[in-house]
Amino acid sequence: MRRILRLLGIALVSATAIAEPGRAAVEAEPPLRETWPHQGIFGTWDRRALQRGFQVYKEVCAACHGVKYLAFRNLADLGFSEEEVKAIAAQYTVRDGPDDRGEMFERPARPSDRMPGPYPNEQAARAANNGALPPDLSLIVKARKGGENYIYSLLIGYEEPPSGVVVPEGMYYNKYFPGHFIAMPPILQPDAVTYADGTKATVGQMARDVTQFLAWVSDPKLEERKGTGITTMLFLIALTGLLYAYKRRIWADVH
Amino acid sequence: MADTTASVEPVEGGKRRDFLELLTWSTVAVGTAAAIWPFIHQMNPSADVLALASVEVDLSKIPPGSAIKVMWRGKPVFVRHRTPEEIAEARAVPLSELRDPEPDSARVKKPEWLIMVGVCTHLGCIPLGTAAGEPKGEYGGWFCPCHGSHYDTSGRIRKGPAPTNLPVPQYTFLSDTLVRIG
Amino acid sequence: MASDVEPMVLKNPTLRWIEERLPILSFGYRHLVAYPTPRNLSYWWNFGSLAGMILVIQIVTGVVLAMHYTPHVAHAFDSVEHIMRDVNWGWLLRYLHSNGASMFFAVVYIHIFRGLYYGSYKAPRELLWIIGVVILFLMMMTAFMGYVLPWGQMSFWAATVITNLFSAVPLVGESIVTWLWGGFSVDNPTLNRFFSLHYLLPFVIVGVVFLHLAALHTHGSNNPVGIDLTKKDKIPFHPYYTVKDLFGFAVFLLVYLGLVFFAPDLLGHPDNYIPANPLVTPAHIVPEWYFLPFYAILRAITFDILFIPAKLGGVIAMIASIAVLFFLPWLDTSKVRSARYRPIYRIFFWILVADCFVLGYVGANPPEGWLVTLGQIATLWYFAHFLVVLPILGKLERPLPVPESLSAPVLPRGAAVPAE
Repeated sequence: MRRILRLLGIALVSATAIAEPGRAAVEAEPPLRETWPHQGIFGTWDRRALQRGFQVYKEVCAACHGVKYLAFRNLADLGFSEEEVKAIAAQYTVRDGPDDRGEMFERPARPSDRMPGPYPNEQAARAANNGALPPDLSLIVKARKGGENYIYSLLIGYEEPPSGVVVPEGMYYNKYFPGHFIAMPPILQPDAVTYADGTKATVGQMARDVTQFLAWVSDPKLEERKGTGITTMLFLIALTGLLYAYKRRIWADVH
Repeated sequence: MADTTASVEPVEGGKRRDFLELLTWSTVAVGTAAAIWPFIHQMNPSADVLALASVEVDLSKIPPGSAIKVMWRGKPVFVRHRTPEEIAEARAVPLSELRDPEPDSARVKKPEWLIMVGVCTHLGCIPLGTAAGEPKGEYGGWFCPCHGSHYDTSGRIRKGPAPTNLPVPQYTFLSDTLVRIG
Repeated sequence: MASDVEPMVLKNPTLRWIEERLPILSFGYRHLVAYPTPRNLSYWWNFGSLAGMILVIQIVTGVVLAMHYTPHVAHAFDSVEHIMRDVNWGWLLRYLHSNGASMFFAVVYIHIFRGLYYGSYKAPRELLWIIGVVILFLMMMTAFMGYVLPWGQMSFWAATVITNLFSAVPLVGESIVTWLWGGFSVDNPTLNRFFSLHYLLPFVIVGVVFLHLAALHTHGSNNPVGIDLTKKDKIPFHPYYTVKDLFGFAVFLLVYLGLVFFAPDLLGHPDNYIPANPLVTPAHIVPEWYFLPFYAILRAITFDILFIPAKLGGVIAMIASIAVLFFLPWLDTSKVRSARYRPIYRIFFWILVADCFVLGYVGANPPEGWLVTLGQIATLWYFAHFLVVLPILGKLERPLPVPESLSAPVLPRGAAVPAE
């Protein structure tokens, strides 16, 4: 991804030159403007969508992308019980050690472990992906301009290139991606997953679900933040009113 | 504040102002108190630290009469495979002789396995007596080199400044040879 | 000024005992309670104390964040995410601190423009003003180094670009840059020293703030009318201004916490949620909003001036844009302080405000086409305002009649003026 960015090396670049945008970048289409249940002051997560999104991540995205800041224990926030979290963790193996003989060993993951990624290091990731590095998705929604809307648009934005446009070998045409050529294949195909709750796994549905899951991974404290915020603001409005009245009273003899 | 309001004594309506003043300042106080809490609570163990609260120990490699130390929540835990003599010794002590009376049976789940947090209850040093060759103190258990506390084969304080017995953590036997601490 | 203050009477023997040995009670009384303050200050005068309160917020949140942050290139980004995800209330503390920096600059900029409008820099408050400019300069250094600490892409490239400015210095430039970095690129030694200095400088700011207050309390606050006030036009700081400042603080909190709770990343840049990568420069590097006008001035010099190469010229212009403020008390030749009585200055003041917004807009966008020219015109105007307009205007402008005192025309005869 992001290969439109010039690889500059550590060369010293003058301040004036550095702010030039990648001129080669073809204007990407602005992302769709979706509405999300977690948007706005009172927005909260749609936990069923998050669970479905987790399933899409686990069965589709996880082949190439990690979410290294997500610990299994965090999945309890999606509405999974402690036992379910343990069972999910146990499906993964993590490297631990060294043991008493000084050797590293593999063991089933525990809720306290973070999700193991698909590749041991960046070089392995590039080697497996034709030189491209699939980014870690832990913060992807916060780290892209447009956030959820961009991720969602990107996932459904694959199409046939306009006539005359030659897509380079190993790349795909995506109208929402800056430069339009993306190394990630259109991985979401109809019924790529089978939802336990019977929701039909259309591309749009899976894209919406996994986008919400990724938004949650980026900002797991969103509900706590907004909840505290509402209480705080109500309190502050009352306090401001009181202080205003009190200030007027104090100043009454000056004006 | 009393000496400062001399120049701004309310002209009239003193009662209402008093109520408004009281209400305003109490609200400010409540808000301040609430705002302080995150700054205090941030120093408590974070979620990832709390999640790492258990450790599993393989008992099959500890022969009778010896002990190992394992790390648990940043502290050493002593796991001792006691011999029948040590068990008998621990059980024979009358409770009246103990500073912190506790029968041995209340301190173990299986008599041959004594599992305790290895931090002296006096001032937090690590008592000697776990590894072979270390002094075990006058009661055949542990000896704290910092201020000379002696613990017996049940990890109970017998002599020296420590006030209480070595604490027993929560643990469960997952099998005959595997125990989970925490 | 201190002699105008009513003496403090202490009845409590313990307090008297302390006061005799260490006169902090009378000090606090003189400066926080009885301190004579103009009675006609508008809400624009809230922003000074507000800035002080934000400084405290920044220091307190910063100290607790440092308890969880790791200043190492391999761990810095992770430790910030650890704060955001695992530390109790960590997300709140971090968002308070990052948005607090923005709020600090917003408040201080308003404070500065208030000083510009009402001529608060004029005699006898020249040093008060100059110390304030020193505070601004220290704030900019602190904010810049703080922005590097999360070690995201913007952190890394901001550090690279800004430290590279020093390479414009003739002869020793490269050596200075290497010295700043502690290596041959922005790396772990750079991060470590930035963390150290980012922790130190706020306390230096506290010290300079005390100088600022000492200078302020020597001649007292300026006021919207801009005349020297007599004793009866002043009121004690407490309770009038304590409660007014507190009310202002509450209003400020509504804005500040509104951002923190409901749009905490609004003023940040998405790229800073990508870990620093020395091999990839983001497509479009922009500083935080509060540096944008200065960034525009830096980039406005795209041409060599005589023997000064463009790069050095940009750096000089940027430094000069702050340095010119040091000379403001002497560049403005008008004897009248407040813009209320300077109709033409008032127009130029608002042009300057607009000019700064234009500079901010130019700084936020890629330097292409007409924006380059716009940035150059706006930069030229910025300097012209201080170096040309103000000196000439003071001579040519005919100010409106300035009142002799506040009380006579405003207050009806016999109205209650608080006893002093």
